[in-house]
Amino acid sequence: MTTLEKTTDEILQLAADHFKVPREQLSPSDDFFKKLGINSLQALDLLTRLEQHFRIELPDYELQGVSDFRTLAERIQSRL
Amino acid sequence: MKTFRGKTLSWQVADGTIELSLDRAPCNEIGTETLAELENFVTALDSLQREAHALIISSARKEGFCAGADLRELYHRSQALPPTERLAGVRDFLERIHRVMNALDAAPLVTIAAVHGVTFGGGFELALVCDLIIADKMARFCFPELRLGLIPGFGGIPRLKRDLGNAVVRDLLLTGRSINATKAQSVGLVSQVAAEGDALRVARATAAQIGKFDRDTTIAAKIFIKPLAHDELRREIDVFCKLFTRPAVEAGLRKFVESTDALPYLP
Repeated sequence: MTTLEKTTDEILQLAADHFKVPREQLSPSDDFFKKLGINSLQALDLLTRLEQHFRIELPDYELQGVSDFRTLAERIQSRL
Repeated sequence: MKTFRGKTLSWQVADGTIELSLDRAPCNEIGTETLAELENFVTALDSLQREAHALIISSARKEGFCAGADLRELYHRSQALPPTERLAGVRDFLERIHRVMNALDAAPLVTIAAVHGVTFGGGFELALVCDLIIADKMARFCFPELRLGLIPGFGGIPRLKRDLGNAVVRDLLLTGRSINATKAQSVGLVSQVAAEGDALRVARATAAQIGKFDRDTTIAAKIFIKPLAHDELRREIDVFCKLFTRPAVEAGLRKFVESTDALPYLP
């Protein structure tokens, strides 16, 4: 598994655990707003959890326009 | 009055601590109703503080501590006024909220903000008047005002500059980004980070510790170490009002008001 794949997998697992969605129903290309059924407030909550999990700072403006897990993983990967 | 339950907030006194709890949907946006009840609280504080050594400000809303000024109300009230009177209405609101913030800032007891979730704009500024900020690990802090073509108007810049370095202020203000509780603690903004849902408990424990010290000494220390930046606070109102009259601000507020997102102030 490449590092990006590992990062993506960790994001999917974290999202599944926190938003109570079966992990097998999530894929890297999914729109996380639609798939998780979350609003912008919950997206901010997800951002905080990801920052804590990966021990990074991810300015929210870097996530503007990002809605799929794979791109989210790329943004996080660039901060690791 | 030792207890009060209003439309937007409530307070009570127990074990020498005043607890002020914000509770207005969706996320304690500060409009004229909240402002009026905060003014009532500041008036009541004169007598409440005689039987208390600490004040904790927290939120009963799960969404967060406070999302800042009620921009929808600000926009609609402004639009209802003739253009020549809009600025006077905004200035009056700012003068009143500054009096509240300054009174809380200099209150003769130790003040603690127990924050969680969204702590944005005017909500961040309310936390900044407190002597200590205790943050739930899921709290986020942000000054999003520049997105609307404005600066923070409730005293946030002078207070953040008083507490932290100017570079941190510029980072938050000029990028409009939000930071989490861990980052906020690392720059010296937050005194303690609590587990999820635990900020109020930690604040109560801290208030109990503060109550062990001689009150007069505590207040003397506070007055010595926490001066109000009166000149900068005055200038902030003037800069805000100068910016407010520009068409870009009206357009930004209209866009915000017309947004269908439940919480459109978020990134």
